[in-house]
Amino acid sequence: MKLTNQELNILAILDENHSVSPKSIAMQLETTEENVNKLIKKLEEEKIIVSYPTLINWNKIEGKETIVAMIDVKVTPQRGVGFNEVAEQIYRYPEVSSLYLMSGTYDLSVTIEGKSMKDIALFVSNKLATIENVVSTTSHFMLKKYKHDGVIMEGNEDKDRRMVVSP
Amino acid sequence: MSIDYQQYLSTTAMGLEPSGIRKFFDLAASMEDVISLGVGEPDFTTPWNIREFAIDALRDGHTSYTANAGLLELREEISKYLQRRFQVEYQPEDQVIVTVGASQSLDLAFRTILNPGDEVLIIEPAFVSYTALVTMAGGVPIRVETSAENGFKVTPEQLEEVITDKTKAILLCSPNNPTGTSLNKDELTAIAAVVEKHDLLVVSDEIYAELTYDQEFTSFASIPGMYERTILINGFSKGFAMTGWRLGFIAAPQELISIMIKIYQFTTMCAPTMLQMGAIEALRNSSEQVEKMRQHYWRRRNFIVQSLNEIGLECHTPGGAFYVFPSIKKSGLTSEEFAQGLLEEEKVAVVPGNAFGASGEGYIRCSYATSIEQIEIAMNRIGRYMESLVRSKNTAMEKVK
Ligand SMILES: Cc1ncc(COP(=O)(O)O)c(C=O)c1O
Repeated sequence: MKLTNQELNILAILDENHSVSPKSIAMQLETTEENVNKLIKKLEEEKIIVSYPTLINWNKIEGKETIVAMIDVKVTPQRGVGFNEVAEQIYRYPEVSSLYLMSGTYDLSVTIEGKSMKDIALFVSNKLATIENVVSTTSHFMLKKYKHDGVIMEGNEDKDRRMVVSP
Repeated sequence: MSIDYQQYLSTTAMGLEPSGIRKFFDLAASMEDVISLGVGEPDFTTPWNIREFAIDALRDGHTSYTANAGLLELREEISKYLQRRFQVEYQPEDQVIVTVGASQSLDLAFRTILNPGDEVLIIEPAFVSYTALVTMAGGVPIRVETSAENGFKVTPEQLEEVITDKTKAILLCSPNNPTGTSLNKDELTAIAAVVEKHDLLVVSDEIYAELTYDQEFTSFASIPGMYERTILINGFSKGFAMTGWRLGFIAAPQELISIMIKIYQFTTMCAPTMLQMGAIEALRNSSEQVEKMRQHYWRRRNFIVQSLNEIGLECHTPGGAFYVFPSIKKSGLTSEEFAQGLLEEEKVAVVPGNAFGASGEGYIRCSYATSIEQIEIAMNRIGRYMESLVRSKNTAMEKVK
């Protein structure tokens, strides 16, 4: 699908901050608020804008720390049961935060979030590993998130080091 | 024994006016939580690939002098860049010098062309260094005042009015600091006719060339007949977000460059070597990132111009750089009073327009080299400040009645 420059500009703005008001977008792109609302609606309907997630650093909140694991899953596809069917069985679990079909030495990459390592271990052994056609799982626990979806979680890169007034 | 240092000081140096920005800087720097629209440099950090290149250069031991004019490899890239972006041709071997910022290019240009008493026309409002640089080189700055009525553009008639037989050069800056005004091809061509007629040179400060929004940028050197008369100044500071690197360049006819290089050799030797290496990468592999930054500035410009006009601070839509120059005449205050009040009451720093010449009185310079979120907050605060000014004016009027 081909988009106009204006539509691409709207996406660029929302990609950085989804809570920008339509009025602000309209002002930034020298157009009207109605037009922005109309275009956003269209982009939503086309599933180009899929959702507006907020990036939360749960680990900064006491009692809300989460553990994330990425699990490599090998699957033997069988007659009549392709990757899609196996994937469906996996992504229905709310613990699964993302799921991708991969090329390479394993087939599915599953991201799981839990309160503790035990939670995740239980999920893998009781649920994931028992799914028919899943041959093996390899779990990698995430130790630290440096950058997520293009956003650097902590660090000094964005610090404003400029003098307050300059020529 | 107390020494009277005055007796040792040069009268030229003493005679230089302190920059009007300095005073404001001291005030703003002493306060906390200030949102600054007073910054004359990008809010972006230099793209990583450029930084990495300089780091590698340092690691690999590039720590000696380069040729006076700069690394030939860099001059070759500059030459290609000028050709690619602005369709002007300069030989890397003898028409380009890499300098310590565009600032030093300006200094070099004036030292090279001015004899005592030679006049240089400076279009105001103008970048704060211009008059001082001309004066230090022994020249006489002649101010040409522009106004908001025609978008702070200088006209050929205005130039004609002040040209004398002492006039040596015109200093042009498009896109302009502080007004953001850009001159298009036709406007530059009209100026070129005057330059030709009076046999002048033009020092063209094109440091904001990359930050042009509504039209293609036109380099003065590309105007027919002007290549021979132009000293072109550009650099990495603004478009590439490299202010702290202190790297610029100057390009001109070989006859001028050969004299400049003598001065440069005695005053500076060369620009820092490892940083020149980074600049090579900047010209080779950062056009996408430069464009992305430009898009950000463009969106912010649109936002800030509309916001200011809605608040009642009238401003024209500037074609380039990252400044807007709204009128504050409605407030009944001077530029300095307005800016000081805004800083003290709402903690928003702007630069009073008179810092850029007398014709800047009645205006403030707002830089939009800051995030859109910050700009939005700043606009709300400026709106509130204007309302409080109007309110207190009304109460004062009522009292009079
Ligand atoms: C119009 C103009 N010319 C030159 C300069 C100086 O540039 P540089 O940092 O490359 O010395 C500036 C910086 O603010 C400027 O605004």
